[in-house]
Amino acid sequence: MADLKRTPLYDEHVRCGGKLVDFHGWELPVQYSDGIIKEAKAVREYMGIFDVSHMGEIFLRGRDALKAAEYLVTNNVSKLKYGEICYTPMCYEDGGIVDDLLVYKKTSEEILMVVNASNVEKDFNWIKQNTESFDVEVLNKSDQYAQLAVQGPSVEKRLQEYSGVRLDQIPFYSFKEGRFNGIDCLISRTGYTGEDGFEFYTTTEAVIPLWRKFIEIGTKPAGLGARDLLRFEPCYMLYGNEITKDTTPLEAGLKWTVDFTMDFIGKDAIQQQEEKGLERRLKAFEVIEKGGIPRTGNKIFNGDQEIGFVTTGNKSTTLNKIVALGYVPSKGYKLGKEVEIEIRENKRLKAKVVKKPFYVGSVNPDKHSNK
Amino acid sequence: MKKYTESHEWIEVAEGIATVGISEHAQEQLGDIVYVDLPEEGNELSKGDTLCSIESVKSANDVYTPVSGEVVEINSSLEDTPETINESAEGEGWICKIKLSDESEVDGLMSLEEYKKIVESEG
Repeated sequence: MADLKRTPLYDEHVRCGGKLVDFHGWELPVQYSDGIIKEAKAVREYMGIFDVSHMGEIFLRGRDALKAAEYLVTNNVSKLKYGEICYTPMCYEDGGIVDDLLVYKKTSEEILMVVNASNVEKDFNWIKQNTESFDVEVLNKSDQYAQLAVQGPSVEKRLQEYSGVRLDQIPFYSFKEGRFNGIDCLISRTGYTGEDGFEFYTTTEAVIPLWRKFIEIGTKPAGLGARDLLRFEPCYMLYGNEITKDTTPLEAGLKWTVDFTMDFIGKDAIQQQEEKGLERRLKAFEVIEKGGIPRTGNKIFNGDQEIGFVTTGNKSTTLNKIVALGYVPSKGYKLGKEVEIEIRENKRLKAKVVKKPFYVGSVNPDKHSNK
Repeated sequence: MKKYTESHEWIEVAEGIATVGISEHAQEQLGDIVYVDLPEEGNELSKGDTLCSIESVKSANDVYTPVSGEVVEINSSLEDTPETINESAEGEGWICKIKLSDESEVDGLMSLEEYKKIVESEG
């Protein structure tokens, strides 16, 4: 695979039997030798590890770092205390989504934005362009950081003995800087699997012994396939699928990440949409007829009328159900409503609207949050 | 003796009936199989027609019939345990049996050795 970028852990992936694929220009394991189902199960029941070093780290530094972040994203960054994190969309003027990201509030003059690998360049340019009037420096440090996500219900207990930081004192969506197994890290209680877990940011050199330590203590390496399945079951958004430049946070069900008391790019358009009412909305479906699995882009029908499309569909191996997310009109598609999903030409399967999320894991914002 | 296709199916013929499945190599490429949309008994198929669809966690994949004929039996255990194909693609994970309408079609298929070369050249 020519010209693909590799993370510092490339050799470790090969050693663990990783099946490498091209993921937005990165050569990454879609799975390891045991396969996606076992990897997903390990994360749900015990502890799995993902190399997420391809994610982008963009820093805002300077007197206006906080103000700039507030202006860029829809969620309320000013509410965060130092050492806290929020999940947020970043929008265009028309309310479409540039990317979804995590904002880390480090100091009054330093904000870290962790963005999707596929969007690093786009985000960096967008952020630079839109912060020209602020006293802030925008730095793309993605190449200098490696990141590991260790996820599963057992992480806190299992990892404590190696951590220089009390892990039980890092609440959900907070972070601390310290040592783990002698390696300097930023440790944040975040992840994208629905399970409790931590993400470790460190240098591209130090990440190799850190990865090996996790493997040594029995953490199961998990690839992109498991990652997608695990984010899908709790109905977390994937940029490019559920959210794009053509969808707004309200349509995607992300109203909780939009704070209209703040001034941010896209606010007018989103507020107008809120006042006018939504035309379509992201809903969850369960397939109630045998015949296959809906996939991204499949059309959704009500009788003969095409009403929407699937953003993600799969078999939830945790729940043993075939489920999908998709956009349909916001009116008339309440819980239990039956629709049909066209999985291929001339083949439609009955499905019904169900509650989001499909699955709730060990992530427990109330237990761990300090709010 | 088994025969193979470039699209990674295998057949084994006994008394004019071909047992059809996907190759060990194909199951490895697909990864964890979670659904098999089996053909129906009585279906009349021409060589190259879509026989069924196999869904892995990653994607849906069509399986093509290597020979023409009528589907006379399906491996209905795959409905509940599609992972049998991962465990035994060229054994218990067979998909269906087809009554050949033209036995000469079998001659055009590849031997295991020829098939292995194709797999190797695909890298």
